[in-house]
Amino acid sequence: MNAPGVRQQVLVLYLSTSALDSEVVGWARYDGTGRTSPTTGDSDEPPYRTGVAALRDGWRLIQASPLIPPYPGHEYDVSFLKHEFFFEQLVSVS
Amino acid sequence: MRQHLLTSAQMAHFVAYGSVRLDAVVPADMNDEAVKVLTDGIPPVPYGTPVAEAFPEGSFARRLVDLPEVAGALRSLVGPAPTVDHHAVHVREAHGGEAQPLHGDAIIDTRVDAFDVQLMYYPQDVTLEMGGTLSVPGSHFRRTNESDTGRYQNLRGQTRLVCRAGTVVLLHHGLWHGGRRNDSDTARYMFKIRFNPTVRQVRLWNTDDLADPAVAEILSTRFPWYEAATGRLEFYNRIRMWRALTGDDTFDIEYWMTRVSNRPQRVAS
Repeated sequence: MNAPGVRQQVLVLYLSTSALDSEVVGWARYDGTGRTSPTTGDSDEPPYRTGVAALRDGWRLIQASPLIPPYPGHEYDVSFLKHEFFFEQLVSVS
Repeated sequence: MRQHLLTSAQMAHFVAYGSVRLDAVVPADMNDEAVKVLTDGIPPVPYGTPVAEAFPEGSFARRLVDLPEVAGALRSLVGPAPTVDHHAVHVREAHGGEAQPLHGDAIIDTRVDAFDVQLMYYPQDVTLEMGGTLSVPGSHFRRTNESDTGRYQNLRGQTRLVCRAGTVVLLHHGLWHGGRRNDSDTARYMFKIRFNPTVRQVRLWNTDDLADPAVAEILSTRFPWYEAATGRLEFYNRIRMWRALTGDDTFDIEYWMTRVSNRPQRVAS
């Protein structure tokens, strides 16, 4: 369980548009090293201003939301945040 | 009662933000009494029990909902004689528990012309460390089901409640919220009551200021967590709710709804 090796840290950024260089509007973090325990409502300030700012700081993009047209008849509905980007960092633990 | 009804501007705030906050409206003697009352527990009632039956005359809960500011706000939102859906005492122990995932209560609720209201009463001063309720202004129109939003840890412009003792917040049923982790040395208490309307929710408030330009201005509030495009749809949904609440199906802001419903029937000569 706590064997030396590499652990994954995950950063989820929600952006204002589908562009990776648009502003961060929401975020979540998960830490596979166990060193931190990020949770709901633990910060009012985003870790980065844009998605690209996270890339420049060494985060690797591993998933981006596809662009899906609205279902017919539901064009004005609002639901989940649309522009979700997953990033990872690999961290050595000893 | 009339002097304690919400104004149109306050109703517009509710439609835009999904909540109305009444700071320190509960008197100190009731707040002092509350922790013991809430610790002892408030008897559950069957779903849909009229307030008068759910909370007997003289009981703590009845005195709470009969406070003029609270009664006036409830009357404005859900009208006379609402029923109690359910109520619950929430205690976040000192240095205990985990944050709740961001969620909307019950199940996905797609009503446009009716809504429930959740009263949240805080009998103590609530500090940031005590983990006051997290809520997301303007999230109440989002069609999501309960804790499917749990992945969203933080959103720009979120509200992490910090308040004085005796504060009451009234939430639209759809608002995203969650109890935060209590990192303080003090247990935090909150009493929640969900109310169901029993009348059409049309012009139940003090409408003297209905034509005030402040109404449209408040309904145009944009929150920092809104995505650029979807934020525009939020205005559309507010306009739709304001039309339902006022009975005025011509109301619009910035032509958002008029433009996309314009289908002229006149044939050019």
